[in-house]
Amino acid sequence: MDIALTDWQILLVKVLVILVVVPVGALVGGYVLHKEMAHMQHRLGPMYAGGWHGWAQTLADGIKFAYKEDIIPASADRAVFSMAPAMIFVPVLMTYLVIPMDRSLIVEDLNVGLFYLLAIGSVGAIGVLMAGWSSANKYALIGALRSAGQLIAYELPIVLSAAAVAMLAGTLSVVQIVEAQDWPFILWPPGIGLALFMLFIVGAIAEMALPPFDMPVAESELITGPFTEYTGMRFIFGFFFAETAHMIAFAAIAATLFLGGYKPIVPWSPLEVIPGIVWFFVKTSFMVFLLLWIRFSFPRLREDQLQKFAWKFLIPVSLLLILATGAWILYV
Amino acid sequence: MTLPPDIKAPELQQLQDSTEFASEVAEGRLVTEQMLLNVGPQHPATHGVFRLLATIDGERIVRAEPVVGYMHRGYEKLVEQRDYRQITNLISRMDWLSGINNELPLALALEKLMEIEVPERAQYLRVILAEMNRILNHLMFFQSFSAELGALTPTFYAFREREDIQYAMESVTGGRMHFGFFRPGGLKEDVPKGFLAAALKSVRQVIERLPDYEDLLTGNEIFKQRTINVGGLTKEAAYSYGVSGPIARGSDIDMDVRRDEPYLVYDQFDFEVCSAPHGDCFDRFWVLVHEVVESAKIVEQAIQALPPGPVMGKVPRVVEAPKGEVYVRTENPLGELGLYLISDGEKRPYRIKIRTPSYSNVSAIPHVLENTFVADMIAILGSFFFVLGDVDR
Repeated sequence: MDIALTDWQILLVKVLVILVVVPVGALVGGYVLHKEMAHMQHRLGPMYAGGWHGWAQTLADGIKFAYKEDIIPASADRAVFSMAPAMIFVPVLMTYLVIPMDRSLIVEDLNVGLFYLLAIGSVGAIGVLMAGWSSANKYALIGALRSAGQLIAYELPIVLSAAAVAMLAGTLSVVQIVEAQDWPFILWPPGIGLALFMLFIVGAIAEMALPPFDMPVAESELITGPFTEYTGMRFIFGFFFAETAHMIAFAAIAATLFLGGYKPIVPWSPLEVIPGIVWFFVKTSFMVFLLLWIRFSFPRLREDQLQKFAWKFLIPVSLLLILATGAWILYV
Repeated sequence: MTLPPDIKAPELQQLQDSTEFASEVAEGRLVTEQMLLNVGPQHPATHGVFRLLATIDGERIVRAEPVVGYMHRGYEKLVEQRDYRQITNLISRMDWLSGINNELPLALALEKLMEIEVPERAQYLRVILAEMNRILNHLMFFQSFSAELGALTPTFYAFREREDIQYAMESVTGGRMHFGFFRPGGLKEDVPKGFLAAALKSVRQVIERLPDYEDLLTGNEIFKQRTINVGGLTKEAAYSYGVSGPIARGSDIDMDVRRDEPYLVYDQFDFEVCSAPHGDCFDRFWVLVHEVVESAKIVEQAIQALPPGPVMGKVPRVVEAPKGEVYVRTENPLGELGLYLISDGEKRPYRIKIRTPSYSNVSAIPHVLENTFVADMIAILGSFFFVLGDVDR
């Protein structure tokens, strides 16, 4: 049988796949989060739901949230309040469009893919600001303002380190960045790549507002920051799903930019037997593990300390690293 | 574990940045508006129903006013209607983290008034239980402080250690929070077989695992950033607000009733009273952690020196204090606890006035909170170890 699909239909199928894969990934990510936290803290974590090691716990949580009443505070700005979770979640979904899971397993290989990734990743902050402002809650407002300040400060180290990667690869297309990595960029150029990687991770953690940079949601200070007034599915999509999906997205981006994406970790022919998608998932899982490990190990910084850290240390360092990368490309 | 000398700034300074910022405001280049932020009575950082009315300017706290009384249960009035056996169990519920330490002053006061001699074994066992309770209390604050600063892992480590100690204490008293074990004249009964070994093991385990805490929290750069030079309480301010306990010792006040006015058999043991010089959040926390080590030392010595014999003195069947009044002070885990008992010769007291440590300690909070950030407020509230039940009674 001959099935001829138009480009639009192919795109639609791909988008549907993303719409299924991302929430499922977020659920698995939520389960991993519970379990990793539990094992670091000498606990068991969820053990009963679903039988084996409580695998269905996040599913059960999700169903529970679906049954919760959706409350919009009387003095909230209704339209903005109800739109904000979508404004947060949709950009996170859209980042997945340009992440290559294998050489051809990508929704759209844009020629400005990297630029698109960085741009779309920061749109979510508008949603957070909307949520905080429209809630008519002082805690939410403080959280939203912190979040906005944090985004401005930490967008720069991310962009600068990604720019260095683009310089090394000589392209903005994400697939070609992966293809350019015979040795992953974290190993080669020596030193510079590792420093860029660390810079990117710190920036990513701050942009996602994960601990130790989770001041916008700091649960012991601001309850849940911008999401204090949210309940039910809006809370789940705006906060929990978006957070987990965002974390996985950044893990995938870091794996793509620095760990060689779907290519083997070292250029050695026997390793090429393993399919690219396996490499991609192994690397992404490792990054998720790393992010969670950091998350459960550190206390929280203070907002002004974070800003100082960004403007007085990270941004100068990233500028220096760009210089070093340029020198490497020119002279080595 | 020693106080690291290199990380200390020479003097207390609060927020040099905000003063730079303040000059801009004063010169009219930056117009700001103050906002009233109502923290509590239901707020995760207040561990209980404590309310703080904070006037904030951006993230800077201009004024803070604590509102207490949401948990007032009228214990001082209630005890006038109960006989002394019942009072033990009421008083145990004031500060729910250190029940044994609350029961102690009442027993001491009655023994003083009725001139009962307490057998030595009972005195040693009281010390062991009181110090184990102190470790429980301090570990609880260790966990809540770390959770408030966003470090989730040490939180659960502290709970793991608490569990073993609590299990040992449960085997003696049958309770996990409200023990109700001290009687005027001694203890309810002798400790069961195996308790001493279990107590020693659980306490030693805490000491062995302290380096883990050091790695995760006290040695952590972010933790130091959040606590050093934050929330400074000067020695003079601490004196004038009547602050006591670990918080006062964190402000360089070398004071501990256990050493200064020994009750029970505290003069038999070799322990140090830790104090730290700067009065910031880190010092308060450091004193708290260090006190766990000292308490463990006392427990070890007491177990080794525990004499045999009865655990109950000669007490009349009906406890009736003779006419008179008595004041007893003890070192509660959170500070100095004073109990003033007036008896008119009946089965129940005429009046009991209790000076609880948390109440005085909390009164110093607005002074410390001035000109700090909202995020510092959490660190300061966490480092002012108070129990709401102890504040309101």
